Amino acid sequence: MARLRARNLPVHFLLILGGVGMVLPFFWMVSTSLKTPLEALRFPPTWVPTVFQWANYAEVFRQIPLLRYMGNTLFITFASLMGVLLTGILAAYAFARFRFPGREATFMLFLALMMIPLPVYLVPSYMILFQLGWIDTYAAMIVPWTVNIFGIFLLRQHFKQLPEDLFDAARMDGCSRLGTLFRIVLPLSKPPIVTITVFNVIGSWNSFFWPLIVTNSDSIRPLQVGLAYFSREQSTNYTLLMAATTMAIIPLIVLFFFAQRQIIQSQARSGLKE
Amino acid sequence: MFSRTFKKRLRETLAGYAYLLPALAVLASFRIIPIILSVRVSLYDWGMAGPRGFVGFANYLAVLTDAVFWRSLLNTGWYMVFTVPALVAFSLGIAILLNQRVRGLGAYRTIYYLPVVTSIVAVSIVWRWILHPDRGLLNYILSWVGADGLRWLQDPRGLFQLILGDTGNRLPELLRGPSIAMCSLILMGIWKGLGYNIVIFLAGLQNIPKTYYEAARIDGAGRWRTFRSITWPLISPTTYYILIMSSIVAFETFAQVWIMTGPPAGGPLSTTKVVMYYFYEQSFELWRLGYGASIAFFAFLIILALTLFQRFVLERRVHYG
Repeated sequence: MARLRARNLPVHFLLILGGVGMVLPFFWMVSTSLKTPLEALRFPPTWVPTVFQWANYAEVFRQIPLLRYMGNTLFITFASLMGVLLTGILAAYAFARFRFPGREATFMLFLALMMIPLPVYLVPSYMILFQLGWIDTYAAMIVPWTVNIFGIFLLRQHFKQLPEDLFDAARMDGCSRLGTLFRIVLPLSKPPIVTITVFNVIGSWNSFFWPLIVTNSDSIRPLQVGLAYFSREQSTNYTLLMAATTMAIIPLIVLFFFAQRQIIQSQARSGLKE
Repeated sequence: MFSRTFKKRLRETLAGYAYLLPALAVLASFRIIPIILSVRVSLYDWGMAGPRGFVGFANYLAVLTDAVFWRSLLNTGWYMVFTVPALVAFSLGIAILLNQRVRGLGAYRTIYYLPVVTSIVAVSIVWRWILHPDRGLLNYILSWVGADGLRWLQDPRGLFQLILGDTGNRLPELLRGPSIAMCSLILMGIWKGLGYNIVIFLAGLQNIPKTYYEAARIDGAGRWRTFRSITWPLISPTTYYILIMSSIVAFETFAQVWIMTGPPAGGPLSTTKVVMYYFYEQSFELWRLGYGASIAFFAFLIILALTLFQRFVLERRVHYG
């Protein structure tokens, strides 16, 4: 045992060195957020603020509606997740369990759509949203993102693996298709649903490009867009920027610490082919 | 009897499409129809208020002769060439270290994973501060070893140009390498992407049967030999997946440029203006939507070519156990 640990010493040294590099930017962010502007610009810098300036955090709320941004993001994240689960479960169920002409072709079409890069459909999507009068509304940030093709793929794989007997039994008991889906299939489908939820929450919480383009007014902006504009407006006010950024990342970091296992397993699973 | 089975099939078909309907409606409105429309838009001089006239392939020709477009391709190319292999090398290295049954695996994994769950916007804001030319943390750390600080995001000089000194200044633009500003984005990109790839590699490594390593040890194979003959070939499906994923992510680099570079963003001297940013600038800042759609078309061709290359050239070297 002792020998094993001695052999691992250089391994730990390298891992800790790398780990310090990973954490340092976060530490620096929090440290700067608690300094006075003068101390933040001191060079060589101080690692720990001499007096903690908690007032920086209050000042952020005076400058930007951070809670409003977070509320917007929370709403968009939740609404699009509901959409993704609803459209995804129904579509995957049809792909996995129904037999009808055009099924495979439609599925291939879905997969092909996944390969098309964002710029190709962004400009015309913008025009469609404009025609609908949806520019600068929540709908523009939610409705186009209520389908997750990768999620459909995951669910379809899962539904296909469920034993045939289950469906036969349900049919014998006179359970309808929809009833089978909700009462029998879904309770057995926790792993793919958790995976999709993880991906979608991280994805919509952090999404930037699309909401940047379809929003104009401050009151509707999600967190990332609001934060990005704040960083342009206050480009040299580093103490406030770091305080705002710290607050913006805390929710996901907290979520990550609580749901670490699910998040890491979900992402690892997505990388394993077959 | 025939009509009964027919009715049953008809009912199942209708039900099938009814279940597909919500997903299909959304995809049709925001993917399929836009993709078709984008071809139309690209053939027009299309401004904010709508089409101003049919121009045929003029947009495409203009893109192909646009020096800034080619510069943006080069920028994206440099970003990918540096980020993707570095990500594979570092994350595989760290995953192998973590796979040695070290104590505290969970803690290390959490730490390396933190940047992955942090938004690119937040990360960009923090790194812009760390890379500050006069007050930045990175230059301070460099000063410990007596190195002169760099002006990072403000330095347009190419990496190879800088390394080669006087000879470097005579290099043509194409060979000067990514600008120091672009290197800053590359550095951050590697930092942000490591955790995700480590987790994927770790899952792949744990799938390699232990017996292979035992056999190698009995045969007296050294560490490098074991890596070359066992780990590398058996991890290749994972490596292949990571290559594809990180290439796509690298190609879609956008927020970093919007937040960290400039003003004007994409600077200095357009050396960080990546394809995605150029597309955004033309479409949504200058409202040249037809021109933007043409850029998008070339972006699509490049991604397609990349995918085909990876599929037919690289995948042949992949060893599916």
